[in-house]
Amino acid sequence: MVALTAEKQDQNLLSRMAAGDGHGENSAYFDGWKAYEENPFHPINRPDGVIQMGLAENQLCGDLMRKWVLEHPEASICTAEGVNQFSDIAIFQDYHGLPEFRQAVAKFMEKTRNNKVRFDPDRIVMSGGATGAHETVAFCLANPGEGFLVPTPYYPGFDRDLRWRTGVNLVPVTCHSSNGFKITVEALEAAYENARVSNIPVKGLLITNPSNPLGTTLDRDCLKSLVNFTNNKGIHLIADEIYAATTFGQSEFISVAEVIEEVPHCNRDLIHIVYSLSKDMGLPGLRVGIVYSYNDRVVQIARKMSSFGLVSSQTQHLIAKMLSDEDFVDEFIRKSKLRLAARHAELTTGLDGLGIGWLKAGAGLFIWMDLRNLLKTATFDSEMELWRVIVHKVKLNVSPGGSCHCNEPGWFRVCFANMDHKTMETALERIRVFTSQLEEESLKQTKPMAAPTMMAKKKMCWQSSLRLSFKDTRRFEEGFFSPHSPVPHSPLVRAQI
Amino acid sequence: MDLLSRTATCNSHGQESSYFLGWEEYEKNPYDVVKNPHGIIQMGLAENQLCFDLLESWLIQNPDAASFKRDGQSIFRELALFQDYHGLSSFKNALADFMSEIRQNRVSFDSNNLVLTAGATSANETLMFCLANPGDAFLLPTPYYPGFDRDLKWRTGVEIVPIQCSSSNGFRITKLALEEAYEQAKKLNLNVKGVLITNPSNPLGTTTTQAELNILFEFISKNKNIHLVSDEIYSGTAFSSSEFISVMEILKNNQLENNEVFNRVHIVYSLSKDLGLPGFRVGAIYSNDKDVISAATKMSSFGLVSSQTQYLLSSLLSDKKFTKNYLRENQSRLKSRQRMLVTGLEAIGIGCLKSNAGLFCWVDMRHLLSSKTFEAEMDLWKKIVYEVKLNISPGSSCHCEEPGWFRACFANMSEETLKLALKRLKKFVDNGILPRSCQVGESQSLKSSRKKTTMTTVSNWVFRLSFHDRDAEER
Repeated sequence: MVALTAEKQDQNLLSRMAAGDGHGENSAYFDGWKAYEENPFHPINRPDGVIQMGLAENQLCGDLMRKWVLEHPEASICTAEGVNQFSDIAIFQDYHGLPEFRQAVAKFMEKTRNNKVRFDPDRIVMSGGATGAHETVAFCLANPGEGFLVPTPYYPGFDRDLRWRTGVNLVPVTCHSSNGFKITVEALEAAYENARVSNIPVKGLLITNPSNPLGTTLDRDCLKSLVNFTNNKGIHLIADEIYAATTFGQSEFISVAEVIEEVPHCNRDLIHIVYSLSKDMGLPGLRVGIVYSYNDRVVQIARKMSSFGLVSSQTQHLIAKMLSDEDFVDEFIRKSKLRLAARHAELTTGLDGLGIGWLKAGAGLFIWMDLRNLLKTATFDSEMELWRVIVHKVKLNVSPGGSCHCNEPGWFRVCFANMDHKTMETALERIRVFTSQLEEESLKQTKPMAAPTMMAKKKMCWQSSLRLSFKDTRRFEEGFFSPHSPVPHSPLVRAQI
Repeated sequence: MDLLSRTATCNSHGQESSYFLGWEEYEKNPYDVVKNPHGIIQMGLAENQLCFDLLESWLIQNPDAASFKRDGQSIFRELALFQDYHGLSSFKNALADFMSEIRQNRVSFDSNNLVLTAGATSANETLMFCLANPGDAFLLPTPYYPGFDRDLKWRTGVEIVPIQCSSSNGFRITKLALEEAYEQAKKLNLNVKGVLITNPSNPLGTTTTQAELNILFEFISKNKNIHLVSDEIYSGTAFSSSEFISVMEILKNNQLENNEVFNRVHIVYSLSKDLGLPGFRVGAIYSNDKDVISAATKMSSFGLVSSQTQYLLSSLLSDKKFTKNYLRENQSRLKSRQRMLVTGLEAIGIGCLKSNAGLFCWVDMRHLLSSKTFEAEMDLWKKIVYEVKLNISPGSSCHCEEPGWFRACFANMSEETLKLALKRLKKFVDNGILPRSCQVGESQSLKSSRKKTTMTTVSNWVFRLSFHDRDAEER
């Protein structure tokens, strides 16, 4: 960590917030990003580089987007076709946002929920991406020292977004692989009790549906039980639905917006949705975050807070035009789901062929891979060891479950939507080579083994044949802090812009 | 258990404020030369609308930048994915150069010391989060931009202690006032973490003088745990670049690069005023302290600048021919427009603080008050809104310690509209509708309540009730 000089700390020149670790970037998990940044894969220039599979981006439909932008110059306020609107848009800083933007976003939210619910444009509040939305919601609903329940495993960024500047705590709701990581009422009650014992007043439950990192969607009964649980306790339910349109195959996404219509006497003042265009549309650079609350006061306060992270009016204008093109939107959503399904199938078929397990799920931009049987011991230290081998030897940056607060070591999140087909093939080939090396080592034993023994041999073998050199382990122990963003450039994009 | 946080609920106090009325009235009855010629003219909005023609013609001449193309190839996909909180380096380089150019290259800015934020609103809040703990205080000279009450204090828990400035010396910061503010903070048991100035000043429209800067630097040299934040959002609106002195120049001229004070001076900037692009949400923090930059960069995740906007502006600001011409034209047009307002007011017997920057004038209407009270200021303000039909900002909303001063903006309207505003004011002054006595006030049919306006009420920021109210971004 970049240490502050002793002098600075003594003088308390900076705030405690700035001097502390609340940003979360000193975690050892950023080593994967660093390895990627130092040696990023490129099919021609760096074919042995690290493939980025730790970045949940949706890049599969960028061509559709690009085509639309080229065909609609009027959506830009800078082209000859659109410049007549330039000055009006350039001065527009009303924190209500452009009405056409809100209407278009509301419509898009409806489409991504199969038109099963209506969204009111007047409840749409802008934020600096979902990152800004989460922080705003935390500021509105909880005081410093209070807490939100969050089912594990969860998106590592929540530790920063919900806690850093707000002083709010996160209390894990432990989910287990034994039942596919489903959220149970028992787990919720246990977490609620833990919070009480720790003197943390619980103000809400935050769910991500579809889940990051699991890729699973919550079924209707589960959602109802969550609404009932929170209503009964008088606490808020915040549903991060950022992956709403990433369902594929048979999977159906049910929004909390739909479920509250079916729960009698639901207290809607407790229901809030966080949304964004970063995943469903693959536009993280445009910073379009949304807070959608059923609580009028929260809408008002969040809107005032949106001053700290409004969406650029230039972007609002583009998005308003784009999302108003219903034919385009319908086509985009349709194609996106097909392509996600195909890429998901490519990865999972490849893993199936190699005997590598993954959690069955039908949404998201990633899979939740099961490598528990490759761990030396069922410990997070073992998981870290295996992860370092995957990053530095197999040269794939994947996210270890420990970074997502998973209660059980051996799970890894592997992203598939941020690369082209050839890169996916290369990644699968590397995994194949890795597993076959393990096979070779275990086949050096003369007798054919029973499967469990084979796995045991594999375990021992990856350690002996793929042991990291002293130099590699040193790098981790130094705790070297990368000056770079934990969200590196996408692998399809070189840093030339 | 309260459903919402204390942060969320504390705002309700501000909704009692009477400033609401001016905005509300304007919204109900906005002036439009064709559709509503008798409507209220908006003079409370510090926007720069004088140079859009220059921006528009640049766009027409540079179609590639405008349509996300580089060398004829669409880079939309790359922009769509670009969310690195370090920002687009071409944009930061161009912005750093632009900031230098505004200061006639008397100082240069290193793009590595820049953090991009969603407007100056976010930059100011972020700096507070980085420099101060909840309960710490920043000293601010009065009068100051009302938005600071929200931006600096709301979610951060930081307090503002005013450095009282008075008309007796043109509202200049004095050593005595600074020391008194510091003592006041101590009396209130507040740990002072910094001084924040706006240079050029909002609402005064004046550039901070060398003498004032000397006082400030002497203060922070003596008090080694105190920061100096200079909000230089109006730097490009100084009518003459040589009259604007940036805090970075003081550091350079006094060769303080190796002095620890170098790390305690920070600048906030934005393109909302100089370029007239408030909708694009482009703000920046500039600091020589690596730890501040590091922390602020991470915090910028909560409000990054849209990549599409960064790209457009990197092209625009890299065009040196354009920026040179723009800066010069902008200054010239602002100066003429200010002249028009000042001479127009003079003709009605209304004076202004002598100003050399900004998008507004600090107008002296003390002689029109029925009494030297803030209540009288409110009464006068209401008459100006309802009778004269001009929305201007009363000094009390800016925490001015003396009643009778008003901020009137001139750069957010056409020349004709400004002339009309002056005509209306003249008519009312000539007809004696703004007399010194209060008898006329009683007979007006004012919609507002007659309740006493206390200092606290008038000092709070305006919080709007309805869904359809306007944004409060104006400076």
